[in-house]
Amino acid sequence: MQDVIKQNITKELFPGLFREHRAAITAGDYPSLTVQRDNAIRRFEELGFPTIKLEAWKNTDLKESFGKEYNFVLKPEQGVDVQKVFRCNIPHLDTAIMGQLNGWYVSKDVPLMELGNGIIMGSLAEAMKKYPALIEAHLGKYADFNTDSFTALNTAFFMDGVFIYVPENVKSPKPVQIINVIHHDQNLFLQSRNLVVLGKNSRLSLVHCDDSYNHQPSFSNVVTEICLGEYSSLDHYKLQNLNNASTLISSVYFQMEASAQLESHYISLNGGLLRNNIRLRFNGPHGDAKIYGIYLMDSKQHIDNQVFVDHAFPDCISGELFKGILDEHSSGVFNGHVLVERNAVRTNAYQSNRNILLTETAKVNSKPFLEIYNDDVKCSHGSTTGQLDQDAMYYLRQRGIGEDSARMLLMYAYADEVISRIAIDPLRYRIEDMVKKRLQGELQICEACVLHCNTPEQPVEFVIDMTKI
Amino acid sequence: MLLSIKNLHASINGKEILKGIDLDVNQGEVHAIMGPNGTGKSTLASVIAGREVFDVTSGEVIYKGRNLLKLAVEERAREGIFLGFQYPVEIPGVSITNFMRTAVNEVRKFKGLDPLGGGAFLKLMEEKKKLVELTSNLANRSVNEGFSGGEKKKNEIFQMAMLEPTLAILDETDSGLDIDALRVVANGVNKLRTKDNAFMVITHYQRLLDYIIPDFVHVLFEGKIVKSGSKELALELEEKGYDWIRKEQRDNGIAG
Amino acid sequence: MRYRMQDTGYGMRDTGCRMTAQVKMHESRSAGMSILVWNGIGIRFFPTFVSDPRIEKICVTKQVLEYLNDLSLQGQLVIMESDPDNIINEVTQSDYKYGFVTEIETEYAPIGLSEDTVRYISLKKNEPEFMLEYRLKAFRHWLTMKVPEWAHLDIPPIDFQDIYFYAAPKKKKQYESLDQVDPELLATFDKLGISLEEQKKLAGVAVDAVIDSVSVKTTFSETLSKYGIIFCSMSEAIQNHPDLVKQYLGSVVPYTDNYYASLNSAVFSDGSFCYIPKGVRCPVELSTYFRINAANTGQFERTLIVADEGAYVSYMEGCTAPQRDENQLHAAVVEIVAMKDASVKYSTVQNWYPGDKSGKGGIYNFVTKRGICKGSNSKISWTQVETGSAITWKYPSCILLGDNSVGEFYSVAVTNNHQQADTGTKMLHLGKNTKSTIISKGISAGKSNNSYRGLVRISRNAANSRNYSQCDSLLLGSACGAHTWPYIQVENKSSIVEHEATTSKISEDQLFYCQQRGMDAESAIGLIVNGYAKEVLKQLPMEFAVEAQKLLSISLEGSVG
Ligand SMILES: Nc1ncnc2c1ncn2[C@@H]1O[C@H](COP(=O)(O)OP(=O)(O)OP(=O)(O)O)[C@@H](O)[C@H]1O
Ligand SMILES: [Mg+2]
Repeated sequence: MQDVIKQNITKELFPGLFREHRAAITAGDYPSLTVQRDNAIRRFEELGFPTIKLEAWKNTDLKESFGKEYNFVLKPEQGVDVQKVFRCNIPHLDTAIMGQLNGWYVSKDVPLMELGNGIIMGSLAEAMKKYPALIEAHLGKYADFNTDSFTALNTAFFMDGVFIYVPENVKSPKPVQIINVIHHDQNLFLQSRNLVVLGKNSRLSLVHCDDSYNHQPSFSNVVTEICLGEYSSLDHYKLQNLNNASTLISSVYFQMEASAQLESHYISLNGGLLRNNIRLRFNGPHGDAKIYGIYLMDSKQHIDNQVFVDHAFPDCISGELFKGILDEHSSGVFNGHVLVERNAVRTNAYQSNRNILLTETAKVNSKPFLEIYNDDVKCSHGSTTGQLDQDAMYYLRQRGIGEDSARMLLMYAYADEVISRIAIDPLRYRIEDMVKKRLQGELQICEACVLHCNTPEQPVEFVIDMTKI
Repeated sequence: MLLSIKNLHASINGKEILKGIDLDVNQGEVHAIMGPNGTGKSTLASVIAGREVFDVTSGEVIYKGRNLLKLAVEERAREGIFLGFQYPVEIPGVSITNFMRTAVNEVRKFKGLDPLGGGAFLKLMEEKKKLVELTSNLANRSVNEGFSGGEKKKNEIFQMAMLEPTLAILDETDSGLDIDALRVVANGVNKLRTKDNAFMVITHYQRLLDYIIPDFVHVLFEGKIVKSGSKELALELEEKGYDWIRKEQRDNGIAG
Repeated sequence: MRYRMQDTGYGMRDTGCRMTAQVKMHESRSAGMSILVWNGIGIRFFPTFVSDPRIEKICVTKQVLEYLNDLSLQGQLVIMESDPDNIINEVTQSDYKYGFVTEIETEYAPIGLSEDTVRYISLKKNEPEFMLEYRLKAFRHWLTMKVPEWAHLDIPPIDFQDIYFYAAPKKKKQYESLDQVDPELLATFDKLGISLEEQKKLAGVAVDAVIDSVSVKTTFSETLSKYGIIFCSMSEAIQNHPDLVKQYLGSVVPYTDNYYASLNSAVFSDGSFCYIPKGVRCPVELSTYFRINAANTGQFERTLIVADEGAYVSYMEGCTAPQRDENQLHAAVVEIVAMKDASVKYSTVQNWYPGDKSGKGGIYNFVTKRGICKGSNSKISWTQVETGSAITWKYPSCILLGDNSVGEFYSVAVTNNHQQADTGTKMLHLGKNTKSTIISKGISAGKSNNSYRGLVRISRNAANSRNYSQCDSLLLGSACGAHTWPYIQVENKSSIVEHEATTSKISEDQLFYCQQRGMDAESAIGLIVNGYAKEVLKQLPMEFAVEAQKLLSISLEGSVG
């Protein structure tokens, strides 16, 4: 089998590619998954890639991303030096680390860890072999490939990713960190799949980082399914710090069973084209979901946050707060959609999107949309776009603070509304620091992932606790 | 008898608030209802007015010889029951003039009277506004919107004057009023007092009762009227607070 | 208290219509007051002559003035002793009040749509060549277009071959006086609460009444022509002012704009044309009453308003339509051009037949309304109260091209039973320091669906621009839907865009409060809803404000369980 196929992206490419490599792709499948993949590729053929003619893609044009040549890797790289790739140096942040390189789960020797408390974490490919029933019960159940062509494509092609299972009544003692690194000397097109399952009454903190280590273009189409069982609670952090040549289509599907609780934070610091599809469904009453986002974009970066919340059951609460600062030629899109179904009485939902434009060339498209089908609801949304508060600027400068510092201060204060909600202290300090750097233009993707180094210039010490991998 | 309440029990969300109220009110009487916070005074007022969130679990309320509990809120209002709210709600965009005109004419219709025309209505409003010394521009603003606490209460009395109820229940209409406003409110009530109507005045303070002399004072405690007396009882409460009632209750409880 | 009106030189006397005229204080900055007249059917205001000094002569005794002043009733409707004007009482009649058909002989174009239909219409209207060409271009373009499907509407397919595209009352002769007008037509206006007769006598509103496509009578054009104002039917404008028409028709809404606008451009029957010359403030509110009257007749009005430099005009459009079983298509186009320092206020009360309780029948109202603030410091303000139509698809918009220009959109949209509305606005900021305000109040009841859809775009060059939008939805009942789709695009760092929206139901506390004062649920809701919509209603010229209030209550009848 060929490992690498070099191509630029067209709709026509994939069905053939799938057929040609079907045997390899489906090798680890349980039977129903293969059926799913066949259906998904068929659906993809029908849907094709989205164009700006579609409402949901109106403001995000993939043409440029598609125009590049990519390598399709159908086999994990051999002989990765784990130590060289993953470094973690957030002071006092004690996490269980899971590494992903170019979409493949990377481990020293155990591809799937089973901890004493019943938590399972590791490679999805491995888990499919070992726990097919568990996987089958969830995988593809939340990410509907009929409506989304990237999800369809991912369903057809994915071969690995991260799997986390927290059993009933188990509280994960420390945060789990997924470090997803793109690092290759060639342009990569990759499609990984993650599955996170929280059993009844369980609890997890999950830090999910997307990083690139060099400036090589890449295109990732990642689908993550997260199921929150009854009364479970998830604290979720998504950190995106990719190079300006990268395209990331990240689709996260949350399924919220009754009384589940979610706090999800999207922190987007860098990326060529970032598209976050966040789809959340309340599948039982009394759920509570808060989704926060902060995005800081510059040069020609583009970020597109699409948040869909489906209130299918009564008594659920959802809140969205997305704030952005857009500099230079960057552009931001927020597309929120709250659907309150007929029977979802006593729904409480709010949506808020705020943007600051720093230059005449930055731009914003905001569309917070409410769709409501019953009268016993409290819903609101707001969207503001503007500049830094000029009165505050004046006030600060009058007190002798230089214009640049004043601006920095205000921007930082602006971002802080979202950042301050990060519940893991060391992580919050770290991100505060990164945001500061980012705002000062000091934060760059570098040979060593920024998340893990204090200053890019200094040699990075890497200490990695191998027992964690 | 105008109003007769017997063994009234009422609860909200399964929590019992009124635990057997007995109270008779005759025409021409003023009853003061006092009691510590959270003992159910407002609840009693709401149940009489017909607020649906409260479930009447047992007991009866007879008003003008009829079973009051069978009537809808607005039917009770048209029959002459007026509730001066402890916390009057704001209705944006609806001017008091328009609001009162609608209310007055609905009540008139019910009584078989022709609706008041614009001129007559305005005249009536003018008259009543004088009665409660309401400034004219208040009447032109939206119902309770942006009103100060005192203005809201005055507005309640003004509405009472407009609607000329048979049984007026004033729920802490005196709280938040400065001394002048208190006098205005009390004067308003006294002017409206006739031998045919009756008042239930819920209050925490004796000072209102200096102006509105009650015929009876009742103490509501943990959902029951535990003590009734003449206006001197209010003075006693003012002086001693509720602790002695609490104590008495405890003692009774132990004794019983 | 009954105040007699004195002769004002405007004929403010008893008109034979059982007039009980009363008084209304206007905001002090405008010229005094308006007169409310009850003619036995509906309240009509004869609104303030904004800049006519003679207005002060409309006599109300000094006492009355003082009395009203004393009550501080500025800005509020005063309903005096005349009893029939009790708005709330009227609310209790629940059938569509304006549902009746006037029998007038009608002349139809052959059914269906083809180039021949277009030619027929143009020929019938004796149009110059350029108009026929324009129509044909539009028609050919329309053939290439598809029905838009993006709105949150469920629109049954329309068979364009089953529609009469032109229906005109058969001309007996030119009307010189109202006596010559078909008495039935006059009776129709009477039922609507407007009689041309009354209007002619009671100075104030020059009415260009459009019954089925052809302008029957234009009043007051002589008065207006004194100021150089042209206010006439579109057909007349095409005949008499072809240059103006040629210059401006399609300049704001090109014939390629959208499916229904193209259709309209091809087959429009008639409408109003209005030109206010430089520096002229139009002394009267211009109004047009539209009616769909002949069965199965699509209505394709075309309105063009041009306000030249420094001009001002307030234009009102009101619609009521007779009850029908078949669905009727209404695809109007309204274009407004405001030059430097000009200001145009356009108000609509829309009450086309909404269909019956089960969703049968009703008007399809697919309208394109757009204004351009061409010159600096110009202003266009749209106010609409939408209570009727089975389906409404309508986005009155402003192109803010001139620096410092201002766009406003105030809307109340009520849907009940099976009505569907997808309405809102577009504010396109192109010039510097441009400002726009959007206030939208949606009220849904029954099984209806009510959507707000609004675009605010601040382009790169529109430095220091501002938009404020507030879009609230009120839900009555659990079977209706309310949707808010704001599209916000900002490409400029010095501009500020704020959008707020809420969706809620009527608060139980408010209802209880009203009911405790003796109101039943229905009138309590009517009252609360009117209060909720007040911000928008107060933007309407007085004449409409009253009608609009009534409409709100009437259209929500039966919505309380
Ligand atoms: N809507 C409600 N839901 C739940 N509990 C309620 C509700 N309304 C009242 N209660 C409870 O009922 C009890 C009696 O309340 P109520 O308002 O009748 O007291 P009150 O005697 O009027 O007190 P105050 O003097 O402070 O006005 C309180 O414990 C209160 O918390
Ligand atoms: Mg109370």
